[in-house]
This record gives sequence, C-alpha cells and structure tokens, in this order.
Amino acid sequence: MSQKAEKLIDKKGLRLDGRKPDELRPIKIEVGILSNADGSAYIEQGKNKILAAAFGPREMHPKHLALPDRMVIRCRYHMAPFSVQERKSPSPSRREIELSKVIKESLEPTAFMEYYPRTGVDIFIEVLQADGSTRCASITAASVAMADAGIPMRDLVAACSAGKVDDTIILDLMDTEDKQGSADVPVALMPNQNAITLLQMDGTLTSEEFENAVNLALEGCRKIYAMQKEALKTKYVDVKEVEE
Amino acid sequence: MPTFFERRQIVTPGDLIAEGDYLAGENTYTEDNRIYASRVGIVEYENKKINIVALRAFYIPKIGDIVIGTVVEVGFNGWTIDINAPYSALLRASEVLSRPFKPQKDELSQVLSMGDLVVAKITAYDRSHDPQLSVSEPGLGKITRGQIIRVTSTKIPRIIGRKGSMVSMITQETGCQIILGLNGVILVTGKNPEDEELALMAIRKIEEESHTSGLTDRITQMLKEEKTKGEEKTKNESKS
Repeated sequence: MSQKAEKLIDKKGLRLDGRKPDELRPIKIEVGILSNADGSAYIEQGKNKILAAAFGPREMHPKHLALPDRMVIRCRYHMAPFSVQERKSPSPSRREIELSKVIKESLEPTAFMEYYPRTGVDIFIEVLQADGSTRCASITAASVAMADAGIPMRDLVAACSAGKVDDTIILDLMDTEDKQGSADVPVALMPNQNAITLLQMDGTLTSEEFENAVNLALEGCRKIYAMQKEALKTKYVDVKEVEE
Repeated sequence: MPTFFERRQIVTPGDLIAEGDYLAGENTYTEDNRIYASRVGIVEYENKKINIVALRAFYIPKIGDIVIGTVVEVGFNGWTIDINAPYSALLRASEVLSRPFKPQKDELSQVLSMGDLVVAKITAYDRSHDPQLSVSEPGLGKITRGQIIRVTSTKIPRIIGRKGSMVSMITQETGCQIILGLNGVILVTGKNPEDEELALMAIRKIEEESHTSGLTDRITQMLKEEKTKGEEKTKNESKS
C-alpha cells in the first residue's frame, strides 16, 4: 500500500488527475431540473453525479412523527446500484443510513424550523455516479434544492472535504485518494454565518495537520458557496436578459 | 448604515442586505443589527423597510384569503381540502348545506366528493390549528366549469398587478372571468375554450417573467396579436 500511496502525488506536486493539492474538481450545479419536486438540484463534481430533490414543508406522514413546535427534516441518501464499479445493493446500507443522518443534521441549522410546526420537509439524494466526497457534494446539492423549494433558510450550506495523501494536505478528495490516502476530513459550512455544520474525520492526522486540513476545506467551501449562489441566480437571469 | 444590494437585484439565502438602522421585512431576518435574506428573491426597499419578493415560496394560509382547493377526504361532518399549503384545510358540512347538518339524513359525498374543486375563504388559522374554510359568501363554492392553472403563490400579486391592472386587462382582452386563489390556483372561465386558452397563455407568461418590468404592456400586446391571429384563422376556415 505504501508503494501505491507514493504515486498519488507526482514529482511536480500534481495529483492523479493533474490537480494542484489545493485545487477543487470542476463543479457544475443546475437548479430546478425535476418538475415533480418542490425544489431540486443536480451537481457534478469531477466524476460525482448527484441529484437532490426537496419536498415541503408538507403534512407529516406518518402523523405521529410530526412535532408540535417545529418542522421535521427527513433525509434519504441513496447510491444507485450503478453508481460504483461493482454493483451496489439498492437496499440502504449501514453507511447510507449514517450519511442520511449526518446530512440531515448538517442541513437542520440552516432552516427556520420553528416557522412551520407540525410539518415535514423531505430531502432525497440520489447518487448516480460516485467518485469520493459524495457526502459533501450531496450537502451542497441538497441545500440548493432546499433554497429552490422556497424553504426559509439562514444561509446556504456548502461542503467540501480535505485530507492527507503522501504527507501532503489536499483539497476535495476523489475516490482513490480517499481509499489510499491516510486521512479524510469532510466539512460543511454556512459561509455568511461562519458556522460549521458538519465536521468529521477518518484516519490519522496530527493536530497541526488537522487544523491545516480544516482551513483548506473551509476555503473550498467558500469557493463552492459562490458557485451555489451563481447557480441559483442564473436560473432567473435568463429571462431578465430577454427583456433587455 | 450601508446597503449591499441595489433595488431589484436577485439575492440568495444568507446574503447580507443591509447593516444598521433598517427594518426587516418579508423573507429576511436580522442578526446583530444586520439584515440577511432568507429566500431566493428580489430586493425591494420601502423607506427603511427591506422586503424580498420571493421567487420560490409556498402558500401560508392567512385569515380572509380566498383560495381554491381540492377535496381530498370526505369525513363524518365535513371535508378535508388540499389548499396547496403545508397544512390541509377543513370545510364543515354546516357551512356548505346552509342548514343544520343531520348525519343520518345528509350524504356528504353527494354534495362534494373527492377531487371536486372549491373556491373558499379562510376563516380561522393559527400555528397550532389547521385552517378552517367557509363558502357562505357569493362567488364561493363548488367549481363546475372553467380551467385551472397552478402558479407559485408569490406570483399572484404580480398577476393581480398594480390595483388590479393586470388581471382586469386580461379579463377585458379575453372576455374570461378569472378567480385568483391566493394559494396559487387560478380559475379561468370563458365563453369558449379558445378564450380560456388565451388567458392561460397570458398567465403562464406572467409567471415566467414575473420579475421583469414593463410586463403589463407586453402581455397586452401579446394578447392583441394572438387575438388577431385567431380571428384570421376563423375567417380562413369560414371561407374554405
């Protein structure tokens, strides 16, 4: 494994796909592409392809799950059987159930939950193609879908991962870097509030490395945030240009 | 006391709009004397008040609103109506029958059955109780003819226009009666399907371009053009 890990960053300091250590993968975000959902978003981050749909607020079913003082957010993260090289069983795995919970909790602080008591918001995330850091890309897409659904929010949530391969701290890990690298730190941020809503770590890092990784991820989040805003705005700018 | 956006600019949730001595209006929130946006929308200043006209939002019931809803459930003493809001509304049988309701005599599904559309007014609503409806005023009640179109509820004011200018213009040009449900459901009733189609086209155009200015004039022009087109068509048909 140590031999393989050496190849992750070449002599010029570039990564397997030619990126610099602090460079994001190319990102494309599209808003409102599912007409049956109240709000939706599609994100392509490198080879990741993820669809997110948001419904509600609407009446909770089953009714006993509704809370009398606030709204409930439910989230389902799901990977399509064809999203990875080897077929993934379509039934929710342990990992998917955990990610659903983690994503839900990273989105909860942004919504004004107390505005609409007794209601529920459903978020569905469908990973069509996975290539590392899907939880981050999912959060990014889901928060755009929520904004598109018209749910009042404090801020958009942008998420990005950082990690360590070959003793270098890198931004936005892809699948091989995640699997063969030594650490992965996914971070979700509400940039205007400057509040972190998700912070996880897998692997080992010294406290100094950890701090560097978090700072690098936060920088990535801010770049992604700009793209989210741009995506939401372009949906309406098209019509404006027609007029002028 | 700076403001960071010009009038009619598009903002997204979390955008800092103003700092200092301003009032937070619709779709905004304050934190540390700063005003932020909470929805995707367009900034409007109204003296010291900052409003965001939401481009995407859902309908929240308000007492006195006229809404158009669908019957989704026939109960023991009333109906459950879907009014396109986070909460479903209740319509009591005695409201509709205009006489005391006798469960052993009256069959509710014969009055209103599943899928029927009703125009109704919201008479009661708060955060802890579902909205109650009433149909006891003229113009309210079951819908028997016409066409329905659904739009985002925030766009209804745009369709009404300044002092009703837009909706009265469409009524005049197409000869259709238009009932606007504030929940984003619109009923168009005309003498023939062509007129209705024309009105629907105008409404769809307003929805798409609601955030642009000078819309009333463009819609008037479009309707006039379409009308002459339609007339020519009928002329040609009658000739041949």
